[in-house]
Amino acid sequence: MAGGQERILRGRIRSVQATKKITRAMELIAASRIVKAQQRVQAAVPYSEIITNVVKDLAAGGSGSDSAFMKPREVVKTTCYVAIAADRGLCGGYNAGVLRATEGEVKADVLANKQYAIVPVGRKSESYFKFRGYSLKNAFAGFSDAPKYENAKAIGQYVVDLFLSGAVDRVELVYTRFVSAGTQEVVRRPLIPLEREVVEGGDGKPESGTSAYEFEPSAEDILGSLLPRYVEARIYAALLNAAASEHAFRQRAMKSATDNAEELIKSLSRTMNRARQDSITTEIMEIVGGAEALSAESDMANA
Amino acid sequence: MAGSATMKVEVVSPERVLFSGTASQVITRTESGGEIAFLPGHTSFLGVLTENHTRIYLEGGKVHVHGGYVEASGGHVTILSDNAELAEDIDVARARAAKERAETAMRGEHNATIEADLRRAHARLSAAGGLGDTK
Repeated sequence: MAGGQERILRGRIRSVQATKKITRAMELIAASRIVKAQQRVQAAVPYSEIITNVVKDLAAGGSGSDSAFMKPREVVKTTCYVAIAADRGLCGGYNAGVLRATEGEVKADVLANKQYAIVPVGRKSESYFKFRGYSLKNAFAGFSDAPKYENAKAIGQYVVDLFLSGAVDRVELVYTRFVSAGTQEVVRRPLIPLEREVVEGGDGKPESGTSAYEFEPSAEDILGSLLPRYVEARIYAALLNAAASEHAFRQRAMKSATDNAEELIKSLSRTMNRARQDSITTEIMEIVGGAEALSAESDMANA
Repeated sequence: MAGSATMKVEVVSPERVLFSGTASQVITRTESGGEIAFLPGHTSFLGVLTENHTRIYLEGGKVHVHGGYVEASGGHVTILSDNAELAEDIDVARARAAKERAETAMRGEHNATIEADLRRAHARLSAAGGLGDTK
């Protein structure tokens, strides 16, 4: 019946409106979190800059050239990928981008007869690889919105142990780099062993002093304990970038969801109005038809 | 020169810059056991720190540093630590409870974790001025 269709449409419009309210709220929340996440990225810069400089100075001072962290292994059998994605969905292509990039690398490794290891970070990352039957190392999750340094530390210690124990020969980070609110890109960065250019460029001299550093304990010992910290700082920066990107992606996804809901409401109300008009027209036609039939009858009686 | 000389001091943790200012003296403790004081013009130095109560004079900042590194060069001192707290941020009651807990545990068994806990609690209390008996 025509009236029934109108009622169904009205129900659908109401439900789309409710969804729109939710997506609008999520959009606003994500937008406000982008700013905070960006500030966190900025706040982490001084530490990583200083630690990078210290590592450079130490490396240039001659120490650490035989440190396990710096020497690429001759035969790279196993590559470990740290895939940093989100804990939640509803953020457009954010998770898919990171996960697809990681999966592509893993497949290439398998084709080349190499071993792989995946350390998923974020619930979506874990469930994606688990569902597809990849063998996983420890998973880390529950902090993709606002990662803390402790989280980076836990991941760092884990991958450093994997590397030093010889279980893996290389560790790479796969995450989404936050370039600006409008641009984010999925990047793959080698983490351990440290690349040469990371440690080159230092002159072994303090900024403005003429003499070289005094070390306590020895330069080798300092470097030995500093390099794991450096790895942690790198992971922390990646986590922060990933969090900012996640919010940016979510904001964009929720904005287009809100726009779509608006569009849907518009077209649904048009259909509903037409259905209502149709049913009214039909009713009038029935009434007119009925009245005419009656008057025709009475005319006949009068005649 | 004495008295008026200052140097730039920064305490940087991975999450933010905790403290940045000028000071006439910084005292901290390195891993090999000794306290070390930095005055302006200190020779370039790079050291590994242990849990300690680092004192920064002039600005009156007191910082609890749980491990980390110190770098002195060209007229400024930088302390890098993945776990540092300013004295005013330390919860004295909590630190005291942690210290007592560690001391009780110490009576039962003796291991490196408990010892580290105790050292940390002690350093935090010392920085916050909650130790009572020292100075």
